[in-house]
Amino acid sequence: MVSGTLQEIQNKAIEEVLEKYPEKARKNRAKHLGVDSPEGVKGACDTTKSNKQTVPGVMSERGCAYAGSKGVVWGPVKDMIHISHGPVGCGQYSRAGRRNYYVGHTGIDTFVTMNFTTDFSEKDIVFGGDKKLKKALEEIDVLFPLNNGISIQSECPIGLIGDDIQAVAKVHKKDSSKPTVAVSCEGFRGVSQSLGHHIANDVIRDEIMPDTSARQDFVTTDYDVAVIGDYNIGGDAWGSRLLLEEMGLRVIAQWSGDASYKELAIAPKAKLNLLHCYRSMNYISRHMEQEFGIPWMEFNFFGPTKTTESIRKIAEFFGPEIQEKAEKVIAKYTAMTDAVKEKYKPKLEGKKVMLYVGGLRPRHVIGAYEDLGMEVIGTGYEFAHGDDYKRTKEDISGSTLIYDDVNELELETFVKRLKPDIVGSGIKEKYVFQKMGLPFRQMHSWDYSGPYHGYDAFAVFAKDMDLALNSPVWSHTKAPWETEEEGA
Amino acid sequence: MSELRQIAFYGKGGIGKSTTSQNTLAAMCHYYGKKILIVGCDPKADSTRLILHEKAQSTIMQLASEAGTVEDLELEDVCKPGAGEFNPEDEEITEGYIMCTESGGPEPGVGCAGRGVITAINFLEEEGAYDDELDFVSYDVLGDVVCGGFAMPIREGKAQEIYIVMSGEMMAMYAANNISKGILKYANTGGVRLAGLICNARMTDKEYDLSKNLAEQIGTQMIHFVPRSNHVQRAELRRMTVVEFAPSSDQAMEYKELARKIIANDLKVIPNPLEMDDLETLLMEFGLEEEVEADAIGKRAEEA
Repeated sequence: MVSGTLQEIQNKAIEEVLEKYPEKARKNRAKHLGVDSPEGVKGACDTTKSNKQTVPGVMSERGCAYAGSKGVVWGPVKDMIHISHGPVGCGQYSRAGRRNYYVGHTGIDTFVTMNFTTDFSEKDIVFGGDKKLKKALEEIDVLFPLNNGISIQSECPIGLIGDDIQAVAKVHKKDSSKPTVAVSCEGFRGVSQSLGHHIANDVIRDEIMPDTSARQDFVTTDYDVAVIGDYNIGGDAWGSRLLLEEMGLRVIAQWSGDASYKELAIAPKAKLNLLHCYRSMNYISRHMEQEFGIPWMEFNFFGPTKTTESIRKIAEFFGPEIQEKAEKVIAKYTAMTDAVKEKYKPKLEGKKVMLYVGGLRPRHVIGAYEDLGMEVIGTGYEFAHGDDYKRTKEDISGSTLIYDDVNELELETFVKRLKPDIVGSGIKEKYVFQKMGLPFRQMHSWDYSGPYHGYDAFAVFAKDMDLALNSPVWSHTKAPWETEEEGA
Repeated sequence: MSELRQIAFYGKGGIGKSTTSQNTLAAMCHYYGKKILIVGCDPKADSTRLILHEKAQSTIMQLASEAGTVEDLELEDVCKPGAGEFNPEDEEITEGYIMCTESGGPEPGVGCAGRGVITAINFLEEEGAYDDELDFVSYDVLGDVVCGGFAMPIREGKAQEIYIVMSGEMMAMYAANNISKGILKYANTGGVRLAGLICNARMTDKEYDLSKNLAEQIGTQMIHFVPRSNHVQRAELRRMTVVEFAPSSDQAMEYKELARKIIANDLKVIPNPLEMDDLETLLMEFGLEEEVEADAIGKRAEEA
């Protein structure tokens, strides 16, 4: 048993994994691992290297640029059709995998869970696929006349054979008089899905923002906000929207969970952009600030403490009238969330959590765990940049192990040494840790549960953690002769 | 029959690769009774027209595109017997014959021609086009080895002997040297070897000596110096090879000699490509260019 303070155990665990690497890999990975605490000066949150090429040969959880564009940013825009240009696999295996809930009649006026593809074969590679793409776009308009636009999402081969998708989009846009945009998000570009977010944001900036037709007659109010970077996983954005409306604001756009093309186009009419997932949509928020003078504010609707903090911060921007309403909203829900805490805290208090996810969650959900008396002792991002780690510092509250683009060896070792009570990560990790006898929550899609945003959702979150941690199944995962824990 | 030999013709675009290769292969068939399969690896699909007496044959990729996929094709669809004396049925002049295929590919500026070459060669192998009867398979590959697809013919198990068609011009020599670099890369992993330079003469100054010297420096031979002749062009306009058009001409004898040398060739080397500086030095040694002072580089003629 490794003894010592949590911090010592964390540092020892890093040493242990680094020892196993050959020198070059050790030097590389050492920069991505570290320990930090709120008191730490120049700790891991300030120094961790990120957004770098994954070490070849290790199992990485990262996605690709296509995943970042089609899967995250564009895919949830419900009344547009997103066609994957290239061989069939990328579109089909990413179809409906992210639980971006939406309202509408699928196949009639909304299309999120459908797969559209140009289904490349050998001859399309050799002769080029732009003619096939053009035909596919025309077929889309015949078969799905209520679509409000098309985005073309490039798969890898397109970047090699050089199909001029921008030209095809331009012609189709003219012929159909519907928005048609081409996104060159070939999977091999960049080091992770992060570049895909950026490319997708840039296309919104260049192709959607200049379209003033939707917003020229739009009547604004002083309390218009746009929610940016909420993908409505399990209905997250709906919960956020209700709260914002209750405090007297008008949500004119949701990007991009349950979003329509029009919501993308009218966002420049907002008085304030509320940014939830900083990583995937900070680019367009900055652009709207520069171009249209719209300020943006990051917020966090995970767990009552952070939600209340965020509501007050947002209300402050709009002044006394909204602040007064905000306090009423806070008061209204606090009784309910206190009851949730009272119910679950006794069962969850002091339990330790380790996270490894993407986007905003490695830091944003920490507060929600703390509301239940739980403690996050390790967290890491798949595709963060330095600014994400800097922001993480504000959310950690004890000695925390920080790991960037962690691989299977490292995560398994860290979990074995730090002995958390529950691990929150992706589907690929889920069964590894459950087979180790550890409670686990899949924190990409809320393990088919959710929503987790807002006050009401806190009850769902608390119940989910309780179900995972206190399920009687865990008492049956050890063989009768294994009386002691591994390493004890 | 002897063992199948796989050869390939490479060279700078416009150097006369297709003309030289077809005339040479025709001579190998006409005079020496060789049984040959031509695999054209150029989207232009002009590697077999003189043998077929056709404008351009239907290519593997073109037919695959019409049929849906390459798997829908039959070998007979894409592999055509040569015209006249090159037809296997015609044994009057020679027992040899020439079968013709073209990989084909996209029009300029779209798609991936390299992938077309890979697809076509895989198809021919799987369908058994390289049968036991054949003496030679000959690949005719476009201008430069621009990507992996055009290196397909020199990978493991494909062409073992490369003939580079060149002339005494600077850029042709530069290209020949570059192709040697490509061969060098694959020589260590597979069995490909450089078998010689064929100088398709442009009648530039000291062309013979220059070409011979380049060949020696790379570590190979100038296997033949093919002089310029109007017969070549006249035959080409009739979509014929010289050995058919003017069998008793001097030019036909040149191709016969080249054919004989290729059949008998046993000098197959791993090339030793030159550095750019050495190549320039070579040209200067032969007095084609005067030595240029360092301060004259990049200056116009009137400035110097």
